[in-house]
Amino acid sequence: MFKKPKRKLYALIFVLPTFAAFVIGFIYPFIRGIYLSFFQFQIVSKTKFVGINNYLKAFQDDSFLRSFWFTLGFVVVSLVLINLIAFFVAYGLTIGIRGSNVFRTVFFMPNLVGGIILGYIWHQIFDGILRNLDMPSLVTNSDMGFWGLVILMCWQQAGYMMIIYIAGFQNVPSDLYEAAKIDGATKGQLLTKVTLPMMMPSITICSFLTLTNSFKLFDQNLALTGGAPLKDGIWTTRMMALNIYKTFYGEGRSAKGVGQAEGVIFFIIVVAISLLQLFLTRRKEVQA
Amino acid sequence: MKKTHLKRASALVLAALMAGTALAGCGGSSSSGSAASGEEKKGDASKGKVYYLNFKPEQDEAWQNLAKEYTKAKGVEVTVKTAAEGTYEQTLTSEMNKDNAPTLFQVNGPVGLAKWGEFCDDLTNSEIAKNLTSEDFALKEDGKTKGIAYVIETYGIIYNKTLLQKYCDSDFATVKKIDDINSFDKLKTVAEEIQKNKEALGVDGAFTSAGMDSSSDWRFKTHLANLPIYFEYKDDNVSDKKELKGTYLDNYKNIFDLYINNSTCKPTELASKTGENAETEFKDGKAVFFQNGTWEYDAISKSLKDDEMGMLPIYIGAGDEAKQGLCTGTENYWCVNKDASDDDKAATLEFINWCVSSEEGTKAMAEKMNFTIPFKAAKESKNALVKIDTELTKAGKTPVSWNFTTMPSEEWKNGVGAALTQYAAGTGDWDAVKKAFVDNWKTEKAKATE
Repeated sequence: MFKKPKRKLYALIFVLPTFAAFVIGFIYPFIRGIYLSFFQFQIVSKTKFVGINNYLKAFQDDSFLRSFWFTLGFVVVSLVLINLIAFFVAYGLTIGIRGSNVFRTVFFMPNLVGGIILGYIWHQIFDGILRNLDMPSLVTNSDMGFWGLVILMCWQQAGYMMIIYIAGFQNVPSDLYEAAKIDGATKGQLLTKVTLPMMMPSITICSFLTLTNSFKLFDQNLALTGGAPLKDGIWTTRMMALNIYKTFYGEGRSAKGVGQAEGVIFFIIVVAISLLQLFLTRRKEVQA
Repeated sequence: MKKTHLKRASALVLAALMAGTALAGCGGSSSSGSAASGEEKKGDASKGKVYYLNFKPEQDEAWQNLAKEYTKAKGVEVTVKTAAEGTYEQTLTSEMNKDNAPTLFQVNGPVGLAKWGEFCDDLTNSEIAKNLTSEDFALKEDGKTKGIAYVIETYGIIYNKTLLQKYCDSDFATVKKIDDINSFDKLKTVAEEIQKNKEALGVDGAFTSAGMDSSSDWRFKTHLANLPIYFEYKDDNVSDKKELKGTYLDNYKNIFDLYINNSTCKPTELASKTGENAETEFKDGKAVFFQNGTWEYDAISKSLKDDEMGMLPIYIGAGDEAKQGLCTGTENYWCVNKDASDDDKAATLEFINWCVSSEEGTKAMAEKMNFTIPFKAAKESKNALVKIDTELTKAGKTPVSWNFTTMPSEEWKNGVGAALTQYAAGTGDWDAVKKAFVDNWKTEKAKATE
């Protein structure tokens, strides 16, 4: 008789630590962050209300808008490339070639290295190559900075996405393939009519992860180019997160509030775009 | 039955523990210190604590030792924390948010004070302000002293005397005496002749690599950029400007061209050269000239004897070059946290005053930190580069003041640095440097004074 309520009580108690951590580490700072975006402040205990002024300034900030377009371009390119690479590597490693496990480990390994370190290492690699070709450094050319960032992120993220895709491939029941083959499906048809629809859940997850990771990219951006080069007063390879950070620690008494406001706008953009993506890819998911 | 109870109990304990650690990890954030804004000294120094957020990583050890010595002598607790290179602003922001905020921190001049001024106590009537050798070393806001300069530094073109003498003694040398190098034109002649005959002199270049990596680019985007600003201010007889004309930017180009075209490496390679690269080249005798300052003494004295090093003013072909001295000034001002308790404020003031007036304090500052301090009780520093500056000033040269403390922001400096990097690499032109210098000055200055 009394077993059920007791269970509920236990459930509550067990959830409590995580819930408390979530509130302290996420909910509270989040609400406080939104609150602070309406203030001018140097430290959080001394604030001055300024209404929506911070938001007005954020929208007038050229570097903020420019970093949005740069980030968007980067997100589109890396979303496509990372997922294509990961998908085909995963495909190659599930058809039973020798040493698959070794390759999986090797491809996954870049994920274990921190972003700052990766950024510096790749900076050295790129500059080394460019110097041998008698070309100037990565930080002096914004196109090269962009593609450098894309290469770095593909290298780092493809392995992680590959693992998810491998799991997806292994979840496609083999009887589906058999049935399709009996019905006379070609190899191409097997891929597009059986594998792809069955893989949609993995694709949803992977594109969500690459989309949000690329949007929020900070470490690699800071270490690889730091936003350089500068053109007409705009840091051409500075992505949104780095730009917000630089605004926040800039000079002037309003810098922190404006940075905070830009952070809130950034949050809204990321949430809106990732929800849209989830909606679009979820629609394509099927049940076997 | 008993077993399950035990399991449940231990799970509960575990859960409670986790909650406990999660809470402890984030505790203690809000509630500001009691902000008593008394003009008079009210606190009791012996009851207070000192927390110094130090800016200079290279002096961290010396500060830690001095703090220990002070605690032993006076029984007052002194904590010294040092921010990692290039992160002072971030560290200061987060430390100031804490309950135990620094009682002593530093700003880099008027720009820093504009931002942190509301946290700086009025030091006009303090003991330490009276001990300054000159009013000029007090950083003021609305007539009130808010910051106290605690170290004076000098930079210029450090040279290897042995190598430069070797050049002067050679047949190909146009300039036959080191002392004759007293203008940009002479410097240019010397540098170009050294570069042309580098094999004969056994060097890789006249100048060390003008590395544009962040560990080195401040030598050009900040220190070298001081010169065109200095001469422009001087023409207009001002100490700060909202907009620059850029009158001397061509001179800036000339000296930068001289650096990058007569160096140990190709200009295209400069983007990734570091400060350490340049330092090593100089220490190994692979280059004759090295633009840097008195703070480099520790590093270079490991390979060069005191009488083997010299320092030239940075000539850019502007003003009265015969009278031009080294660049001397400060960007280090001590500020006392206004929101600290009265006891802590009193303790802090007593501590810094002890550092610059007591026997032990001044000795440590001169000998352990190699500082030249602008206070009456200062001991002479053993730094050979400092001595060169003193001699030049005695000989009637006018020191070039540090006007880069009026540079609008870190962002502005980085902009000039990036433009210089591109210019050196050949992917950008000098116009971009001019733009970064003049246009960004205006926009960043507007932001900084908002």
